[in-house]
Amino acid sequence: MNSFLKTAVAGAAALLVAGAAHAATLDDIKKAGVLKCGINTGLPGFAYTDDKGKWTGFDVAYCRALAAAVFGDPDKVKYVNLTGKNRFPALAAGEIDVLSRNTTWTFSRDVDLGFTFIGVSYYDGQGFIGRKALGVKSAKELDGASVCIQTGTTTELNLADFFRVNKIKYEPVPIETNEEARKAYVAERCDVYTTDASGLAATKTTFKDPDAHMVFPEIISKEPLGPLVRQGDDQWADIARWTLNVLINAEEYGVTSANVDKLAAKAIDNPEINRMLGTEGSLGAMLGLRKTWAVDVLKAEGNYAEIYERYLGTKTPLGLARGLNALYTNGGILYAPPMR
Amino acid sequence: MTAQPFHRSQAEMLPERAAPVTTVGIVGWLRANLFSSWINAAFTLIAFYLLWLMVPALIDWAFVNADTAGDNRFACTSSGACWAWVDQRIDQFLYGFYTADQTWRVDLAVVLLIPALAPLLFEGVPFARQLRWFSLAYPVVATFLLVGGIGLEGVPTDKFGGFMLNLTVGLAGIVLSLPVGILLALGRRSRLPVIRVLCICFIETVRGVPLITLLFVSNIILPIFLPPDVTLDSLIRVIVMVTAFASAYMAEVIRGGLQAIPRGQYEAAQALGLRYWQMMGLIVLPQALKISIPGIVNTFIGLFKDTTLVIIIGLFDILGIGNAMVSNPDWLGLSTEAYVFIALFFFVACFSMSRYSIHLEKRLDTERRE
Repeated sequence: MNSFLKTAVAGAAALLVAGAAHAATLDDIKKAGVLKCGINTGLPGFAYTDDKGKWTGFDVAYCRALAAAVFGDPDKVKYVNLTGKNRFPALAAGEIDVLSRNTTWTFSRDVDLGFTFIGVSYYDGQGFIGRKALGVKSAKELDGASVCIQTGTTTELNLADFFRVNKIKYEPVPIETNEEARKAYVAERCDVYTTDASGLAATKTTFKDPDAHMVFPEIISKEPLGPLVRQGDDQWADIARWTLNVLINAEEYGVTSANVDKLAAKAIDNPEINRMLGTEGSLGAMLGLRKTWAVDVLKAEGNYAEIYERYLGTKTPLGLARGLNALYTNGGILYAPPMR
Repeated sequence: MTAQPFHRSQAEMLPERAAPVTTVGIVGWLRANLFSSWINAAFTLIAFYLLWLMVPALIDWAFVNADTAGDNRFACTSSGACWAWVDQRIDQFLYGFYTADQTWRVDLAVVLLIPALAPLLFEGVPFARQLRWFSLAYPVVATFLLVGGIGLEGVPTDKFGGFMLNLTVGLAGIVLSLPVGILLALGRRSRLPVIRVLCICFIETVRGVPLITLLFVSNIILPIFLPPDVTLDSLIRVIVMVTAFASAYMAEVIRGGLQAIPRGQYEAAQALGLRYWQMMGLIVLPQALKISIPGIVNTFIGLFKDTTLVIIIGLFDILGIGNAMVSNPDWLGLSTEAYVFIALFFFVACFSMSRYSIHLEKRLDTERRE
């Protein structure tokens, strides 16, 4: 992020602090009758339009789940589409209530920009794709290679770090957008193309001959992507955080959109599920929401696994395996705190 | 021997002969336009060679080897373009997120544009006098049709998108920026210092920053200074900013025209006892605007293409919506088709504006030129 933007965000945040510290975001949202959710202007699998012109995708599903938590109705969302440049100012200025736009959780964004990341919805990492004809098996053998890369992102910095640490030279081919970078790679203007692993998988499916290309085993960065809210309203941050946790916990407990109504009908002999679905205890009231808020969250788009498989999973054209994003019980690192 | 009278001249007219074959017909045209010198001939040959390389490949890609049907990109198996998705998504290209069963209102607004514009653009339109009243009312009619209200289902402006958004912003900007630009140009040449300084400040400030910055400011910075419960409609913000931007340029174009009018014209008008607005309206501006036509249309075309920048504030014009659609996993990687398709829309719109400007210049040409 350039310094102008940083100043603008800081200025906007400073102006808002006085109001924001007391402002109850939840009340504002209820008054507006709609959740303003910041999403991408278009990212395969995460935010895109279907053939009816409706926004859909992994990040959009979170917006819908959160709206369901607040209103009991996943359709009460106003999507605000944001570019990489204006996403932070928009959140700081209160144009949106929550940002669910494949945003990497980093120290400076969390601390310096005055936002609160409420968790990780997708663990990504930067990787490389190259032609098999290169005869290279690992990213560490890429000495002297030309690399297509999107400018102005963390990917660019990660790349420089990786090559410096491994003491190899490369020739960057900087390009403005991901789609153009993909095209440049196809047109053989560079030997390899680097972006987040989820993006590489999506890209690979667009090639005429996917088998002529390989994704190198190295993942050179940590890109924990998750939703974020403004700092200063802990109640709203809690609602956003526990909506995400419900999605993940529901997968662990085996609660799906198909069986949630049955499980929520009356208390069963699993207290964890009972507390989550409101048949026992009063978790909803603690958040300032309805007793059945989690039921509505799960009815919106299902639990984490359902959402993942619908938009990113192996049955979609993107074909992303769960990998790191599997539950900790299945060899991944997805782990949500308990509902008690 | 009778002396024959010696004639230096022919007694009767020689019959007309056809012009030399090298100066008429196709051959003549070719010689005059394509092969008039060795350099021209060389360029002609190079150009033809390039066309020969490109055109067949383009036709192959766009038509011969193209797929036009299918539910996703995997159905597009041939080597050419995949138009299937353009076919499937044409409504989004045209109307964006506009409520699906209400798109007839957009169509109607576009159809009504014809009688609204015709009497303003062309001479000899029947019922021109009556139609001018309709032209005047058209903005209200169109706004009512698009936004809704009394009796019509309301459609929030953030649902506007696709080419209709480009048209809405472009037309509103064009219609508003010309009068504002004229006023600014007159203000900048005014003898009243306050007006002059204000106009100069506005023009120089707005012209000194990129449009993208103005849009950004209107969207992110403005709400900070406004009371929290005041919400400005995104579309209105865009139209205001685009108009402000275009009118600053327009003002300078028209000022150029004003400066080209000889001093004598002003003095003659004043000698006739005309007041300022009469002098400007009847004598100076008609001449100044006429010579500014190319510049004015240039600004219009620029403005129309700038409407693609609305993506910066989260509105989806035809270009933005094309990008959003190729992010659908079913249609990944089809951006070439999207760009080609979108380019067609812009080319048709901008080329028509350009042709109309030439037509207008010819119609208004009162000077005899060789």
